[in-house]
Amino acid sequence: MTTMTLGRTGVPTKYLPVLVTGCLLVAMFVVGGIRYEGFASGQVILNVFIDNAFLLVVAVGMTFVILTGGIDLSVGSVVALSTMISASLMAGPGWPPYLVIPLVLVIGSGLGLVMGYIVHAFDIQPFVVTLAGMFLARGLCYTIGTDSIPIEDPTFTAFAQDRIDLFADLWISPSVLIAALVVLGAVYVLHYTRLGRSIYATGGSEQSALLMGLPVGRTKITVYTISGFCSALGGVLLSFYMLSGYGLHAVGMELDAIAAVVIGGTLLTGGSGFLLGTVLGVLVLGLIQTIISFEGTLSSWWTKIFIGLLLFVFILLQRVFSARSRR
Amino acid sequence: MRRLLWPAVVLALLLLVNVFTPNFFSIQVRDGHLYGTLIDILRFGAPLILVSLGMTLVIATGGIDLSVGSVVAISGALACLQISEDAGVFTAVVLALGLSLLLGAWNGFLVAGIGIQPIIATLILMVAGRGLAQLITDGQIITINSPAYKVIGGGYWLTLPFGILIVIGVLAITAFLTRQLALGMLIESVGGNAEASRLAGIRARGIIIMVYAFAALCAGVAGLMISSNVSSADGNNAGLWIELDAILAVVIGGTALSGGRFSLGGTVLGALIIQTLTTTIYSIGVPPETTLLFKALVVTAVCLIQSPSFRAKAFRRRRRAVLPGAASEERVRVTT
Repeated sequence: MTTMTLGRTGVPTKYLPVLVTGCLLVAMFVVGGIRYEGFASGQVILNVFIDNAFLLVVAVGMTFVILTGGIDLSVGSVVALSTMISASLMAGPGWPPYLVIPLVLVIGSGLGLVMGYIVHAFDIQPFVVTLAGMFLARGLCYTIGTDSIPIEDPTFTAFAQDRIDLFADLWISPSVLIAALVVLGAVYVLHYTRLGRSIYATGGSEQSALLMGLPVGRTKITVYTISGFCSALGGVLLSFYMLSGYGLHAVGMELDAIAAVVIGGTLLTGGSGFLLGTVLGVLVLGLIQTIISFEGTLSSWWTKIFIGLLLFVFILLQRVFSARSRR
Repeated sequence: MRRLLWPAVVLALLLLVNVFTPNFFSIQVRDGHLYGTLIDILRFGAPLILVSLGMTLVIATGGIDLSVGSVVAISGALACLQISEDAGVFTAVVLALGLSLLLGAWNGFLVAGIGIQPIIATLILMVAGRGLAQLITDGQIITINSPAYKVIGGGYWLTLPFGILIVIGVLAITAFLTRQLALGMLIESVGGNAEASRLAGIRARGIIIMVYAFAALCAGVAGLMISSNVSSADGNNAGLWIELDAILAVVIGGTALSGGRFSLGGTVLGALIIQTLTTTIYSIGVPPETTLLFKALVVTAVCLIQSPSFRAKAFRRRRRAVLPGAASEERVRVTT
C-alpha cells in the first residue's frame, strides 16, 4: 500500500485524501481572497485557529477513536460538562484554577475510560455506549445547574484575553498554543510509539491484530480515554473562550468533530487516516464560517446547507479519486 | 419470541414503578375519547415509534440514518408553509411526504449508488436538512390554524387518538410486507452480506434505496404528526435528536447495529420503553434536570442485560462465588 503511487503524480495513495483536502482548503482561501476585501491576510487564518482551538483538540481525540474503527458521540457533552464543572467549582466554593483544571481532565478521562471498558469488555457497539455517555454527561450538566455560570477567575480571564504576538502584527491566543501542543503530541503517539501502531492495526483489522498478539482490548480502552481527556481539555479551552459554564455549550459538537475527521480523509471503518487531515478538516469547517461571516447577509441556515454541500462535494471527490487509484 | 423477552421485562418493570402514581393506570372515556396516562404514552410515543420502524429496516441492511430528525423538521415545515399559503391540507400532506420520499431516495442513492458510508451519507442531509427546514420557514416558527390538519396529530377516531391508528396501520403494512412476503428476508440478506446477496441474484442497490426512502417517509409522517399536534412548524427544534432516540429504540429492541437481523416488535417495545421512561420521570416527580441521567442509566442497564458477554461474565462470577462456599460446606461436613 505504501509503495503504491497514483499515476504520474508520484504521490503515495495513502496521502491522497489529505492532499485533496489541502487543495480544497487552498482553493477556498483563494476564492475568498478574490471575493472579499481584507480576507487574504494571515490573521484571518490565525483567527480560524483561535475560534476553533477547542474543536481542534476534540477532533484530535475523535481521530484516535475513529482510527480504531470506533466512534465517540459523547465528546460534545463532555466538553459542556467540563465548562460546567470548572465554572461551578470556581464560582461556588472558590477553588483555584490549578486544582480545577486537573480535576476536570481526570473526570473527562475517567468517563472515557469507563466507556472504553464497556465497549471492550461487554462487546456493546461504541455508538450506543457513547450515546449513553452523551446522555450521562449532558444530564450531569443540568444536575449541576440549568443556567449559565460566568467565570470571573483572574487566571481564566488572563488566558482569555492574552495575546501572543508573532511577527508582523499577527497574534494568537494561548489556546492555540495548547491545541498545537496537543496535535504535536498526538502525531508523536500515532507515528512513533507502539500504541500508535496498535491503533492503526486494530482499526485495519481487529482479528489480525489479535492474532498478531497486539493488546487490542487495552488499545481500545486507551483511545476512548484519550478522547475523554481531549474532550475535557477542549472544554477547558472553551471555558477560556466563552468565560462561562453552561449545559447547552457545544451541542452537536460531536458531529462537527466527526465531520472534521472525515473531511480530513480518515476512514470511519478505521485503520487509515492522518492527524494532519483532521487539522485541515477543522480549518475547512472554520473557513466556511469565516466566509459566511464575510458574506454578511447570509443567514445561519445557509451556513448549514453550505457545510452539508461541501461535505458532499468533498466525499464525492474522495470516492472518485480512491476508485480511480484502486484500478 | 425469546428476543423480545428482555425488552418486555424492562417495559413491565418501568410500568410497575408507576403503581403508586395515582390515576396512572386508569383509562377513562371522556367526550367519546379514551383518556389516561397509558393512552398519552402511546399518543406522544407515536412519532418515535414511526421513525424507529423506518430506522429498523435501515439498520437491518447494516446502515444507519442520521437524517430522520431533519426530515421530520422539513416535512412539518413544508406542510405548514403550504397550509399557511391557503393550499389544501391534502396537497400539503402529499407534497411533504413526496419531498420526504425524495430525500430518503437521495440518502439511498449516496449509500448504494456512490458507496459512501451510511453514517456520513446521512450526516450530510442531517446538517443541510436542518438548514433546509429553516430555509422553508424563513427562520421563523410558522403557526397555522387548520382543524383538518390538526386531526393528524391531535385528533381522535373510534375513541382512539388518530396518531396511534396511523402507527398501527404502518406497523401492519410493514409487518405484512417484510414477514409475509420475501422482502424481509431480502433486507436481512443484504445486511448480512451485501456482496453475497448480490451474487445470489438480489438487487441489493434497489433494496437499500428503498429502505432509506421508507425511513424518510416514516420520518415525514412523524413530522406531520409533531407539527400538527402543536399547530406550528419549527425548523430549528422539531425532531431534534429524534434520530438518537430512534436508534436507541431499535437497539433496545434487540436489532444489532451490524445488520442482518431485525425485529419490528422489539423496536415498538424499545420506543415504548423510551416514551414510558420519559413519562415515568415526570410522573414520579424527578426534577426535569435529571431526566437525561435516568435515561443514561436505564439505557446502559438495558444494553448490559442484552449483551451476551455481560450475562456470561455475571453468570460465571456468581458460579465462582457459589463454588468456594459449597466446597467449604463440604469440608465442614467432613470434619464433623
